[in-house]
Amino acid sequence: MRKQLLVVVAVLACLTLGISSALAKDLTLGLKGEPTSLDPHFHNVTNNNQQALYLFDKLIRQDSRQKLQPGLAVTWKPIADTTWEFKLRKGVTFHDGSPFTAEDVKFTLERIPNVPNSPSSFTFAVSAIKEVEIVDPLTIRVHTENPAPLLPRMFASFTIVSKKNAQGMTTEDFNSGKAAIGTGPYKLVEWVRGDRTVYARNDAYWGEKSPWEKIIIRPITNDGTRVASLKSGDVDLINFVPPADVKHLEKDSGIKLSKSASTRLIYLHLDSNRDVTPTVTGNDGSVIKNPMKDSRVRKAISKAINREAIAARIMEGLAIPASQMVPDGYAGTSTKLKAEPYDPQGAKALLTEAGYPDGFKITIHGPNDRYVNDGDIAQAIAQMLTKVGIRTEVNTMPKAVYFGRASALEFSLMLVGWATDTGEQSNCLASLLHTYDKEKGFGASNRGRYSNPLVDQKLEEALVTVDPAKHNQLIIEATEIGIGDTGIVPIHYQVNVWGSRKGLAYNGRTDGYTLPREIIVK
Amino acid sequence: MLAFLIRRITQSAVVLLVMSVLVFVGVFYIGNPIDILIAPDATPAEYARAVSELGLDKPLWEQYFVFLKGALQGNFGNSFVYNEPALQIILTRLPATLELAFTAMFMAVFLGIPLGMVAGIQHDNWIGRNIMRFSILGFSLPTFWVGLMLIIIFSVQLGWLPSGGRGETVELMGIPVSFLTWDGLRHLILPATNLALFKTSLAIRLSRAGVQENLQMDYVKFARAKGLSNTRIIGLHVMKNIMIPVITVLGMELGNLIAFAVVTETIFSWPGMGKLVIDSIGVLDRPIIVAYLLITVTMFIFINLLVDVFYSILDPRVRLGDER
Repeated sequence: MRKQLLVVVAVLACLTLGISSALAKDLTLGLKGEPTSLDPHFHNVTNNNQQALYLFDKLIRQDSRQKLQPGLAVTWKPIADTTWEFKLRKGVTFHDGSPFTAEDVKFTLERIPNVPNSPSSFTFAVSAIKEVEIVDPLTIRVHTENPAPLLPRMFASFTIVSKKNAQGMTTEDFNSGKAAIGTGPYKLVEWVRGDRTVYARNDAYWGEKSPWEKIIIRPITNDGTRVASLKSGDVDLINFVPPADVKHLEKDSGIKLSKSASTRLIYLHLDSNRDVTPTVTGNDGSVIKNPMKDSRVRKAISKAINREAIAARIMEGLAIPASQMVPDGYAGTSTKLKAEPYDPQGAKALLTEAGYPDGFKITIHGPNDRYVNDGDIAQAIAQMLTKVGIRTEVNTMPKAVYFGRASALEFSLMLVGWATDTGEQSNCLASLLHTYDKEKGFGASNRGRYSNPLVDQKLEEALVTVDPAKHNQLIIEATEIGIGDTGIVPIHYQVNVWGSRKGLAYNGRTDGYTLPREIIVK
Repeated sequence: MLAFLIRRITQSAVVLLVMSVLVFVGVFYIGNPIDILIAPDATPAEYARAVSELGLDKPLWEQYFVFLKGALQGNFGNSFVYNEPALQIILTRLPATLELAFTAMFMAVFLGIPLGMVAGIQHDNWIGRNIMRFSILGFSLPTFWVGLMLIIIFSVQLGWLPSGGRGETVELMGIPVSFLTWDGLRHLILPATNLALFKTSLAIRLSRAGVQENLQMDYVKFARAKGLSNTRIIGLHVMKNIMIPVITVLGMELGNLIAFAVVTETIFSWPGMGKLVIDSIGVLDRPIIVAYLLITVTMFIFINLLVDVFYSILDPRVRLGDER
């Protein structure tokens, strides 16, 4: 008996030792998603873009608040209306020791539109380019067809690959690690799909030195498991802590939570262009004219929504009521716009004024597996609208079904999210509020088909105005007109939460990325 | 036998063809993957380019025939999100799932059958009753709940075992396996236990019923009368007789383990096929979903065929083919 007990104790001791002997120089991250590819130009999606920054660098960096910072380019300036000049960083080398030069930049710019089978590419970022001119090994000039004030913003969206190592290589070669050679802070050790990605520190890195020799990233999609992995010490840091777990993790002395506002906007798109809209009927079920063509009805919907209540109760405090498309303080945001205050009386008055004293019937559609608590938010909004007389039904569905139907214009009122990649407002204006225009490339996500010639005109003018002050002013005016007219109904910006073991903290990023350089060691 | 095999294989081919149509049409009608894959700020021109590169602009029947033509040559098309052959991606995930399924099956057999036999022999005392209580729990508790409980108890509270992932793997004949390393084994215990729970309960119930039934039989009484030891009667004669139904049922359940380890794989972030297919459904990666379902169907057809053949070998009274 005693012998058996000893064996049990010995086994247990081994098991526990196995855990605590994890090397202190390693860092294990449990992240919600996994990249679909290590080819940084194959699929423009958050998980890929985030992990690309472990291996590669951008010409222009975005800081944690998405302001532009020097990256592989130290300076950039327009030298003519249609020419930008970039000075490149000296003494930067790729992981294989070869030097970084203007040739690599030119190669990258030419590679981006030519990645085969890309489900979502970075072509938008280079489509303005007419010619790339190499002045000397550390200077390039980018000539554009038209003035391109947003070019530096665009260049802050993709990473630079090595001409020597990536020429003639396919996406598969990046995935296998053969071509995944960048200038970034970490080198690739191995990628085991679905299980882990292992990185080793690049000791020749030009930028800030990372304190960890090795970083292991484990994709843990299940929210409960991710939290459990942190609590059990299997991982050192996790992203996207679910709001429901925040309270009990805050009480845990071994865990530190870090919160940061994000640019992820949750908003409503309203069908405001068609005469008859699919899910709107009169109270008796009869077909009626689309009430949301009237801006007063749209304003009434906005006033009927209690944003503070949604943020406080449904989002457990992890949301900030929104006034426009990107949070205050970003380039192109208006200081005049404020989150619409809850005003049910005002909403009713506006509905009466617009000729709907008894409201109408509508269905709100939304995804139920895409944004934080998306299904619950749709439910809450439906109740709030019903309260002011717009009898609202809810229909939520998996994102796989939802987005296709939303883009096919099957819905009248829909809950959607938006996160700006460029860190300024024009990108949202162009996609969400500009009139849908296939030729000119506007309104891609304008699923309400909102259309306002004034917004279009101001935005298009801004997009060819290189002078930053004038450019900004035009964007602000366009935003004030579009939001003032309730082209969309902003609800809130999500707040992201990271959880880490004691001794670590995360300086949150508004783009939601989890990057080693933002991890604080205490 | 040969005629039987040929007929079964022809039937299987028809089943596969019908399934491929159903799956393809079904996945087609769920939605358009491009709306999930593409960056929301992509311009309409970029949208159109992606649609045409992935072949989504063709009519359904044409997409199906492109698929069918490739599938007949063993090519299920490239995954939309990984841009690598769907079949290859699934096959690289297969070893992890097989390892988990076989470990779970091993646990079910080597725990379930002895426990069930004990429960059958000791059916009227506390040991037997507790074994049966356990099997009721194993049947009725939902897998995802048990999985989370295992994590909370053994990873979070006690800190004995890791909460997920596959751990260190070594190559065994070119296939990565984790049960040969200490770290890998520790990662395997919880998910395998979770997956094995239901099958263990099944094995307990089947072998208990078998033991109870056989103990009443004349051959047992005869053996007792002849003075054979209890151990020998149960360990050899009864055991042999209960094995046929137990192995048949568990054999068929193995297919279920491999195909539907989805929940366990998701909870324990085990990098197997189940997790892959869940992720793929999330982004409507059609080639992976279609290939996965067809592989599953093929596997079930194959397992059923094997079970039929083995049955005829084990029990000569069962004849394959037409009995008229």
